[in-house]
Amino acid sequence: MTTTTRIERHHYDVVVIGAGGAGLRAAIEARLAGKKTAIISKSLFGKAHTVMAEGGAAAAMGNVNSRDSWQVHFRDTMRGGKFLNNFRMAELHAKESPQRIWELETYGALFDRTKDGRISQRNFGGHEYPRLAHVGDRTGLELIRTLQQKIVSLQQEDRREHGSYDARIRVFAETTITELLLDGDRVAGAFGYYRESGEFILFEAPAVVLATGGVGRSYKVTSNSWEYTGDGHALALRAGATLINMEFLQFHPTGMVWPPSVKGILVTESVRGDGGILKNSEGKRFMFDYVPDVFRKQYADSAAEADRWYEDPDNNRRPPELLPRDEVARAINSEVKAGRGTPAGGVYLDIASRLPAEEIRRRLPSMYHQFKELADVDITREPMEVGPTCHYVMGGVEVDPDSGAALGHVRGLFAAGEVSGGMHGSNRLGGNSLSDLLVFGKRAGGHAASYADGLASRPRVPVPAVETAVETALAPLQRDTGESPYVLQQDLQAVMGDLVGIIRREGELVDALARLGELRERVAKVSAAGGRRYNPGWHLALDLRNMLVVSECTAKAALERRESRGGHTREDHPTMDPAWRRVNQVCSLEGDIVHLDRKPLPRMRPELFALFDRAELAKYLTDEELAEFDALTEEER
Amino acid sequence: MGTEKSQAAGAPATKRQFRIWRGDETGGDLKEYLVEVKEGEVVLDIIHRLQSTEAPDLACRWNCKAGKCGSCSVEINGKPKLACMTRMSTFTADETISVTPLRTFPIVRDLVTDVSFNYEKARETPAFAPPPGVTPGDYRMQQVDVERSQEFRKCIECFLCQTVCHVIRDHEENKPAFAGPRYFIRAAELDMHPLDARDDRKEYAQAEQGLGYCNITKCCTEVCPEHIKITDNGIIPMKERVVDRKYDPLVWLGNKIFRRGQVPQTSVTSEHSPGAVRTPAAGPPGFHSHAGASHDPEAEAQAQAGVNWHREVPKPTAPTLDETGKLPLTELTFDRPAAPSPFGEDVSFPLPPEHLNYAHPEQDKH
Repeated sequence: MTTTTRIERHHYDVVVIGAGGAGLRAAIEARLAGKKTAIISKSLFGKAHTVMAEGGAAAAMGNVNSRDSWQVHFRDTMRGGKFLNNFRMAELHAKESPQRIWELETYGALFDRTKDGRISQRNFGGHEYPRLAHVGDRTGLELIRTLQQKIVSLQQEDRREHGSYDARIRVFAETTITELLLDGDRVAGAFGYYRESGEFILFEAPAVVLATGGVGRSYKVTSNSWEYTGDGHALALRAGATLINMEFLQFHPTGMVWPPSVKGILVTESVRGDGGILKNSEGKRFMFDYVPDVFRKQYADSAAEADRWYEDPDNNRRPPELLPRDEVARAINSEVKAGRGTPAGGVYLDIASRLPAEEIRRRLPSMYHQFKELADVDITREPMEVGPTCHYVMGGVEVDPDSGAALGHVRGLFAAGEVSGGMHGSNRLGGNSLSDLLVFGKRAGGHAASYADGLASRPRVPVPAVETAVETALAPLQRDTGESPYVLQQDLQAVMGDLVGIIRREGELVDALARLGELRERVAKVSAAGGRRYNPGWHLALDLRNMLVVSECTAKAALERRESRGGHTREDHPTMDPAWRRVNQVCSLEGDIVHLDRKPLPRMRPELFALFDRAELAKYLTDEELAEFDALTEEER
Repeated sequence: MGTEKSQAAGAPATKRQFRIWRGDETGGDLKEYLVEVKEGEVVLDIIHRLQSTEAPDLACRWNCKAGKCGSCSVEINGKPKLACMTRMSTFTADETISVTPLRTFPIVRDLVTDVSFNYEKARETPAFAPPPGVTPGDYRMQQVDVERSQEFRKCIECFLCQTVCHVIRDHEENKPAFAGPRYFIRAAELDMHPLDARDDRKEYAQAEQGLGYCNITKCCTEVCPEHIKITDNGIIPMKERVVDRKYDPLVWLGNKIFRRGQVPQTSVTSEHSPGAVRTPAAGPPGFHSHAGASHDPEAEAQAQAGVNWHREVPKPTAPTLDETGKLPLTELTFDRPAAPSPFGEDVSFPLPPEHLNYAHPEQDKH
């Protein structure tokens, strides 16, 4: 019935889905490799969620403390991820992020400077040394703008050489991909629609890079924008790729909880890095009660020592407000549950009493500005009300660490940034995502280009698959008996927020899976009113099935992992279990059903193991692994 | 479970009157909506409530809902604003709130406009030119030097400055030649970049971006949600050194008026244009002298014929130049909140009629 539908066709070598940091960096690399590259953006060019990153980009440049090195960064990353990280990704990330940051300067980025004119670096939760390259508190915006402008500059080169800006790299703004198309097990293209016109578009391309970000829109309280519907996760699953670590979601400890219009919006960790402290409704600075044993060595146990650290970090231990995010989120959650929360269900974050107003405005200009304008709250005068908000998904497409190529039963598919899994293990350190985008964006773009080069024949897009994609896309518009996509989204958010949120219990997870099963049937019958032209109801109806399948992955994996680690906290299994550290849970799709497998973690190389103290490793490793470690160090002696 | 039903038990819902433009390029009109509003909400919250209730296909761009991405630009009660940063508490309880799409750009649907004009202008602006011979990692800049450009890099590309700019707001014909405030500050940012290898940013802005069209009405600065001092810190310094008296339309205009006694015709065709000097000023009631009230019969006779050749035209006092021989246009270093008048310090507008040396021969017949 839809064979007469008009479909605009394009041919590219590499199609990058997603125009945030990872997507743009991948596209730059593919274009520099000489490939004809398309960038697909769900929003306007330059509006990506990357702009929300405030703290900075972690890279061991050693500009502020020369003792920093990739080894220390690697160690912090593994520690933060509770040793569940793909060690090779953490290693590549720590080694390559300084070059990726410096490269941005050649694209025109203007980071804040040290006194000797180098890139300034700031302290951040979980990082041993000041490591985050930053621009005030709008580093994400700087990164996006820089990459955006680099793409424009490449387009200007192409125009001089080939006569057209779009000759070798083109941005398809406000375009959504609904389906990847395969030729056997090889990627052959991508199908989607222009949001503005509702017209369909087909990209024929042998290599696709997924850089679609995260899944936060499945949660009630989230810092994520509407785009974060798990599109890349779902596209990968449907194309035969696998997802790992989907049970691990990061709840940022300090999201706004009041007023409601800004619920979920982040208060950057820099507020705490610059002296902000957390207090409960009784006025107590409670974080000292929540320092876990594994962190006792690095964190102060008195307010006096903590307060000295801001001035003299070498001779004092860090304030507990700077513990990794999951620890802070859990602490806030416990305080609120114990009845010591604010009226809106959060705790107080106080910087007003800690720094002079002028200094707060200077150090945290966009924070000050944001609260003043959005909420009419003056952070130089009153404390903020904050609580955990869904922020980042550690889980994602299972990839080859060096190339970003998706594993599973598909070739020609790559992933970078939040949509890929493994790099951050069970919990991501603040600042590591911006550098992750750059390091693995570049790698995925480069490897996608060489994959396209190495193909003997171009895969062909099968016509029936396109027809199916058209029918699936039009179905919600043609039904008028189903439910509203907005109601379905609210129900999905309620299930995920209430039952698969920050603290999880077996009974609730079982309940969640049952409810998700019911939702699946309702989502299959969703109807959207109106036409095809810029119709947000229709767009949401199409995004819902992605949100649903990704939510099922999270719920299933969370039910199965019977321990607490990083971004996964089970009330009924409150401790870390070294046996579970050796396991990645891998999701795949069989027909419509999410299938869960266990897979052993790759073994870390001995010289990387040697970077850690035995005492530290003992907290994470099984006895068996420790014996191996002892044997290794024995050999060295 | 969990679904937030809009009518919570007990709490009386506050309903507010909205008028939202619905339609597409073929036409449309303002539709009335009576919507529930809760404490602490912003206009974007209300649009979302409408989408999830009576207007599921209401088109509106948004992303971060935190004033950081610049997607939800609309005109609220006629003023260009971000919907996510317009608090409902800023309106009076009985005020009807109208939400319309950006006027300067073509309509796509409802509140969504085609902003591709801006992306085209972005592509035409020459990119950062890295300093030759400096390897990555060796860039050295002082904080104080990067801060000037950093102010402009705060720009979230909401295009509110572009939509409010009167040069293109109602003048489609100016669009090809005019890049707009967003891209003037892009040029300014690169001009002030400590390591940018190009040194012709100002000349480029003047010759290719249409900087000369800007007559510093500061509307762009006024609407900027990031509070970037677009005019003072961006546009004026860009005009400062590049323009000589031949180039700048304001200076050129001054020359025309005082040296040749001609009525200025600039290519800027807005109400804000200095062409406003043509506005006839009313003389004292009951008396109208063509010769500037000189009471000299000869002068009066000549004036009746159209031109007063003998009237002393006040000589323009040139504005003070700085040591480089240029106008001290930067407001930071100037004693008033605008550029010095190129017509002379002692001339104020509208000119009193006696200072005009031209009178229409038939003006008394009206």
